Amino acid sequence: MELAVGANRLPLWVKPMVFVVCLAPFAWLAYQAFAGGLGPDPAEAILASTGVWALRLLALTLFVTVLRQWLGKPWPIRLRRMLGLYTFFYASLHFLTFANFYLGWTPAILAEELLERPYITVGFLAWLLMLPLAVTSTQGWQRRLGRSWRKLHKLVYPAAVLGCIHLFWQVRSDVTEALVYCLVFALLLGWRARVWLPAKKV
Amino acid sequence: FAPATAGSDGFHTGEDQTPFTDASQYCNFYEFGTGKSDPADYAHEMSTDPWSLEVTGEVAKPGKLSLEDILGRYPLEERIYRLRCVEAWSMVIPWVGFPLASLLREFEPTSKAKYVAFETLYRPKEMRGTRSFGSTIDWPYREGLRLDEAMNPLTLMAVGMYGKTLPNQNGAPIRLVVPWKYGFKSIKSVVRIHLTDKQPATSWQDQNAREYGFYSNVNPEVDHPRWSQKYERRLPSSLFSPNRIPTTMFNGYGEQVAHLYTGMDLKKYY
Repeated sequence: MELAVGANRLPLWVKPMVFVVCLAPFAWLAYQAFAGGLGPDPAEAILASTGVWALRLLALTLFVTVLRQWLGKPWPIRLRRMLGLYTFFYASLHFLTFANFYLGWTPAILAEELLERPYITVGFLAWLLMLPLAVTSTQGWQRRLGRSWRKLHKLVYPAAVLGCIHLFWQVRSDVTEALVYCLVFALLLGWRARVWLPAKKV
Repeated sequence: FAPATAGSDGFHTGEDQTPFTDASQYCNFYEFGTGKSDPADYAHEMSTDPWSLEVTGEVAKPGKLSLEDILGRYPLEERIYRLRCVEAWSMVIPWVGFPLASLLREFEPTSKAKYVAFETLYRPKEMRGTRSFGSTIDWPYREGLRLDEAMNPLTLMAVGMYGKTLPNQNGAPIRLVVPWKYGFKSIKSVVRIHLTDKQPATSWQDQNAREYGFYSNVNPEVDHPRWSQKYERRLPSSLFSPNRIPTTMFNGYGEQVAHLYTGMDLKKYY
């Protein structure tokens, strides 16, 4: 590929293209919502789609490090913030869809659902963990936090685990899809664990 | 068949009906996949002709009826019922069918018959959901009722809806409709009915007994362990009016069925 121009630079078109591609699921949902293409339960359709896209983008975000190490080139890191912010974007839409379209912002019911339904609690916790990551994603915050920035952003790992539990917990009878996501995240986190673990001879 | 006469009684709700396209496109029929549109996309792979329904067990005259026999034998009528899914959405659907009691009586249940077990067609070649690697349901799909529930006048064997033949995804050619219970009790594409003296095993109870009981009566006071049953979304809903309504005991059919459960702790027998 011709991507790696110089040490850490991307061709100018790459970022805008990734931006547009990541926005596409949202654009499609918005179009379907206006065109009445979401079926008799549009809130459910949006909830499912935004949830799945949040997970997919989170997996892509975590894949950046793997790709960088594989290629031995630094350029993938230039896309990580955008992918992370898109993860947060879809996770936030997911939560807002639930609160607004599903529950109509009825505070008592929202509180009850968040506290009493474990899978919803877990999903909400995942979103809460990602909130400070989104806020501190700017270069300014990165500078200000210095070394602790990297530490803080390790919160993405528990968020990913909670995201998987959130998905798995909702399965009624067929675990195939949830298993696939869990496997992907297990590989992504396992790849890192391999690095963290003290080098043991096998 | 006899179309429902206007007005609202226990057999014909006057509430707004869910449009046919919604009721036929948004279904749970896990034999064809767990997505809501899977049944509409793949149920055509099931062949429903020829079809026969076998009645066995504690009956004086066990036997088999072809679909043609059934259609010729029982006068069809229209029933407009609420359908409350255990997933907390609901619809209003005009069914065409006949009371299950008429069929059962003809086979003469013996004095030992206390329960009625039902079984859905199981044909993996035509039902891609049953071939799914991660499915935790032990096919064929099975359901059950107590005999007095089965004989209740509300309990319907449906062969059509909205004045038309049942679409495959809605349980063609013949299905059960038990409007005061969660939708999964209304077993689709029935091939076998077995009367017995023991409470039969049902698919969902086998799969997760803590979440799905044998009775599964619609009950806003007993939550599903993973979600609330206090409310339902009446479909079609739209984004800015989610159509969230309170769920009623026995799905509003208490007058006709509450007596079946007098003295029973419905929290225990959920």
